[in-house]
This record gives sequence, structure tokens and C-alpha cells, in this order.
Amino acid sequence: MISNNVTIDRREFEQETGWEFRPEGACKGDRCVPLPDPVSDTVDLTTISDHLSMPLILEPDAGLWALGPESGGKALTSALASEMELPDWKGNPFRLSSLRGRKVLLVAWASW
Amino acid sequence: MDLPGWQELRNELYPKGLEIVAVALDSNVDAARGVIEANAPNHPSLIDAQHSLGALFGVVNVPSGIWIDEEGIIVRPPEPAFPAPSPLQNAEIPEGLPDQVREMLTEAKKIRNEPEVYVGALRDWVEHGSESRFALGPKEVIEQSRPRPRDEGLAAAHFELGEHLHRTGGTELAVKHWREAHRLQPDNWTYRRQAWNSVNPTQGPSEEYEGDWLSDVRKIGAENYYPPLKM
Repeated sequence: MISNNVTIDRREFEQETGWEFRPEGACKGDRCVPLPDPVSDTVDLTTISDHLSMPLILEPDAGLWALGPESGGKALTSALASEMELPDWKGNPFRLSSLRGRKVLLVAWASW
Repeated sequence: MDLPGWQELRNELYPKGLEIVAVALDSNVDAARGVIEANAPNHPSLIDAQHSLGALFGVVNVPSGIWIDEEGIIVRPPEPAFPAPSPLQNAEIPEGLPDQVREMLTEAKKIRNEPEVYVGALRDWVEHGSESRFALGPKEVIEQSRPRPRDEGLAAAHFELGEHLHRTGGTELAVKHWREAHRLQPDNWTYRRQAWNSVNPTQGPSEEYEGDWLSDVRKIGAENYYPPLKM
């Protein structure tokens, strides 16, 4: 996730990272990580980076922060597929969850 | 390039309950769009400029396939996915090619692909669902996904930042972050090939980046470019 501010709107954080703040902590799929303090309307990236083991970097020359995925374990922390929203080749948004009820083979390829 | 080949399988397996979603890991969105348009697939074909499938699922090379069941549960984590034998496999390398291209093709011919095993397993899963011996349980799926040490999480942040800078014109800074992503996660081929490709379409040596396709494949041995399927 890219941000030009070290604090971001809570809903934007949830949308971008797939984490959801609930009373029991930060939750993703079927798993919740307890947080020491309840999250308000904004999220501080340095704090959440520590709590969720998401590496945070700053590029000072561009004034941009980048927050990586949860690290220190496995690439998949739950078998429940994270929501994936990407544009199709015509530019229309597509959500993986729109295919619930059907088996899906997700194929990564590249033109290069 | 691996988009063609899936269409035929999709035609066969869609009526049996499978959808194929093709995702191009391509920071050069126009290049991906051109290939998709030319192939006119009738299944969803998405473009992932940030290579977010790396962060989301642990994809590090293409082609990779991930199986997801009707409830949205992953039943096989990313693994090499070929719909058909590589046309390179039995092809003669034509005379008169530049040395670098000839050597790249020679190495590429040695790369393992196991389309019969993969497609056989896919058909079995589509037919038998969770009863298929190829459908893994949640614990196995997590266990068989890639380890993600902190460095690889950092690599994802650097790649995403590099892509953002690349797209918004901060080319020099972009190179810095893509190089850092390569250093932190050296076996991520999508990060490296994307960067090489952005400065040299044949992915040969460049001033900007360490390594190049031919040297790096030779370093690990072409036969290790993809792990063998555990099927």
C-alpha cells in the first residue's frame, strides 16, 4: 500500500490491505490479531506496521510511504482467499469474490 | 507469454463449474492489454501492474496457478501452471539468431513444464471437488505456501513503491527501489524480469540492474527455474 501521509483514513487502510478493524482487533479471513489500543478514524502506519508485522518504508525524496504485507510467517496465513480487486483489460474493476459459487483457477502470467 | 492455451481448457471446464481468471503481472499495462486483445479470451483477464499477487498469495514466477473453491477457500497455493506443452520444447532453434537469443532459447528448452500432470489434476478437482486427492486442506495450503521472512515483506513494499514511481515518472528513484526488491528477494522472478524488461526488452544485461535472464537462469540451472509439481 502506498501513501503520501504517515496517517491514513481507517476505511482506506481496510480497503487497501484487506485487514478489518473489529472490537477483538485487526482481522483478516478467519484470523484476528489483538491490538493494544482501539483504532480510531485514522490509522498511524508506523504503529500498525509494528502490530501487524507489515514492513514500512519511506522514500523521503518522493514523500511516499509503502507498507508491505504481513511478514515473519507464511505467504498465506489463512486458506480463505484474500479479496483481490484488479482492473480487467478494459479497465473495469473485477473482484475475486464475485465468483463465489464457482471453482476458480487463478492464473498469473505476463507479457514480458 | 502464457495467455493462449487457457481458453481451450476454459471452454471444456466452464460448463463443469470452473472459471479461469487470468492475471497479467505487468507494470507495462499497454503491453498486457495488447496480448489480451489479440487473444480475445472469454474469461476474466485482469492486469496487475503492482504484482500484488506476490503480496497476496506468494506468486514469484509465471505461469503460476492457484485453486480456489466455491466458498472462496484456497485448495492449492501458487505452483507452476502450464495449460499445454511449451512450443519451445521440441522446436529446433533456427539458424542465424543473435548469440544472446540463441543461448536464451537453449536454456529455455531445458526448463521443466508438466502440463499433463497439471491439467490432469485440474480436471480431477473440477470433477470431484474436495474429494479430489489434489484438493488440499487449509493447513496444508498454508504449510505449502511460501515462507515470508521479513525481507520478503520488505521486498514487496519496495517493488510496489518502485512501480508507483515508475508510473509517475520518478524513473531514477524507481530503479533504486526495484534494485532493493531484487536484493531482498532474489528468487522473485516477476520482480526481476519486470525491471529488466523495462530497460531492455530481451532482458539482457543493463546498466540499471544486476543480473539478466540468461546469467541468472544459468546460475541456478534451467532445470530449477520452476519447482517440480507436488502432485
